[in-house]
Amino acid sequence: MERGSREYAMWSIAILLVLAFAMVPLLWIISVSLKEPATIAEGTNFGNTFIPQKITFDNYTTLFEGGIDNSPFIKPLINSILIALISTVIAIVLAAFAAYAIARLNFPGKTLILAGALAIAMFPAISTVGPLFDMWRALGLYDTYPGLIIPYLTFALPLAIYILVAFFREIPWDLEQAAQVDGATPLQAFRKVIVPLAAPGVFTAAILVFIFAWNDFLFAISLTSSDASRTVPAALAFFTGESQFTEPTGNIAAAAVIVTVPIVVFVLFFQRRIVAGLTAGAVKG
Amino acid sequence: MSAEAGRLKRFGFRRGGTTERGRSERRLGWMLCAPAVIAMLLVTAYPIGYAIVLSLQDLDLRFPEEGGFVGLSNYGAVLSSELWWQDLFNTAFVTVISVAIELALGMAIALVMFRAIFGRGVIRTAVLIPYGIVTVVAAFSWFFAFSPDTGFVNHLPLIAEDKAWFGDRFSSFAVIIMAEVWKTTPFMALLLLAGLTTIDAGLYEAAKVDGANAVQRFFRITLPLMKPAILVALLFRTLDAFRVFDTIFIMTRGAQDTESVSILGFNQLISRLNLGLGSAVSVMIFFCVLIIAFLFVRGFGVRMAEGRPGGS
Repeated sequence: MERGSREYAMWSIAILLVLAFAMVPLLWIISVSLKEPATIAEGTNFGNTFIPQKITFDNYTTLFEGGIDNSPFIKPLINSILIALISTVIAIVLAAFAAYAIARLNFPGKTLILAGALAIAMFPAISTVGPLFDMWRALGLYDTYPGLIIPYLTFALPLAIYILVAFFREIPWDLEQAAQVDGATPLQAFRKVIVPLAAPGVFTAAILVFIFAWNDFLFAISLTSSDASRTVPAALAFFTGESQFTEPTGNIAAAAVIVTVPIVVFVLFFQRRIVAGLTAGAVKG
Repeated sequence: MSAEAGRLKRFGFRRGGTTERGRSERRLGWMLCAPAVIAMLLVTAYPIGYAIVLSLQDLDLRFPEEGGFVGLSNYGAVLSSELWWQDLFNTAFVTVISVAIELALGMAIALVMFRAIFGRGVIRTAVLIPYGIVTVVAAFSWFFAFSPDTGFVNHLPLIAEDKAWFGDRFSSFAVIIMAEVWKTTPFMALLLLAGLTTIDAGLYEAAKVDGANAVQRFFRITLPLMKPAILVALLFRTLDAFRVFDTIFIMTRGAQDTESVSILGFNQLISRLNLGLGSAVSVMIFFCVLIIAFLFVRGFGVRMAEGRPGGS
């Protein structure tokens, strides 16, 4: 296909359309977040609605007003980051143990574990919300970090196990023995040979688990009641305007941009890894 | 720990016969899997059992003095309520329409990515943006875009300036389904692309030589060979779509008869604190999911070994 040919132009238009459709909500929420709060509902045509006429960061600064105690956003942001990070670390460690065993060892029950993990991936989260709500209140885990971390890491485990098993199966484990034949101690062989080979898979699984925990809304609004552990997606649903008569649209948009843009940049930066992770084990062979 | 594992394994190997090696390998395998298995059972199997117990009781936290075992009466109440059937219909409607559109769009994108001579990277970037955006954020963005006062959609040509999208049932559904499709098509496209890449290119060459055109090649080679990949993607997306909650919660909160079964469960459990009735709804949703999975496995012969967990 030559540059400037008709076919080339058609492809370009098709590709641009896909890109535009994918980008619109992101560009739009950024646009809303940069508008003056009073002008958010004043657009008269497509151009002056989609593009802010006067750019201001008021929606961002008001989010952080009042410091950690009074800001509606700072505490949920910290909660989101810590809860997603802790869930990711624990899920990856547990999944790595299981995936190593499944990929490398021979033991009965292996297929049962994989099938069970698959079943859990299809499990409707809402079915566990009621029991967890009741159990967490009895155990004092309601509205705490562990109260969210436990369901997140569990529902992320199947995904992490499948990705890690797929990656671990590809590792040429014989290299470990070869390194030992060459005089490396078992620990050296593991650290210098296996860890670098396994790291990309572990990293990929970690990104996907983090995004899963970062994205959750149902558990976050069901198992929390205050900013003690409420994460950003849940906090957004509880934002209120400055007065009864103002909508919190601008603040919601600004908070949404803050929790979205870093993740999108990260995802785009590691896109090859993420595609590999999302499709790991999708087809045999 | 894995170093330990490797050492233990080799130790068993050096020490002796296959039985001892086999035994220690088995023990190690179970030990390594135990934490993950226990965590998964603790947060899914145990709660679903507990939900069944709760669903057999009259348990309303607003009236704690009442209560006790009531048998299946909560299920009777759910099954005889119009709301449950209404919400089940809504959920099925959103699921079927959005998964169908996703399959068509996802297949188109997968084919473009597979065939693209240029621009493959741009498309991959484009499809990964929705994946990286929090569902609630995307729902808010579309909600603001379609709102008559703040949005730009009503300023587009061919659309009435004062169209109140969230004012009636089917236009609300249209926006909800669009947001769902936008968010989850990438996952579908990537799964289908993975399926496409496994097809032997030689088959296409042979078909070309035999005079098959592009449409024939798609229907006679691509589709049949991709059937397993398509079914697995469909199964996962269907079950995922059946759980639809975030988008509806943000956009309408179930107003205009757009409530899904997950929202119904949430309202009973968390808003009304009626754990008995809410648990009955939860258990019914669980059985719906089981039935869908069963139908896919039995009806279409999805081979679960080829499946994978994942989602939006």
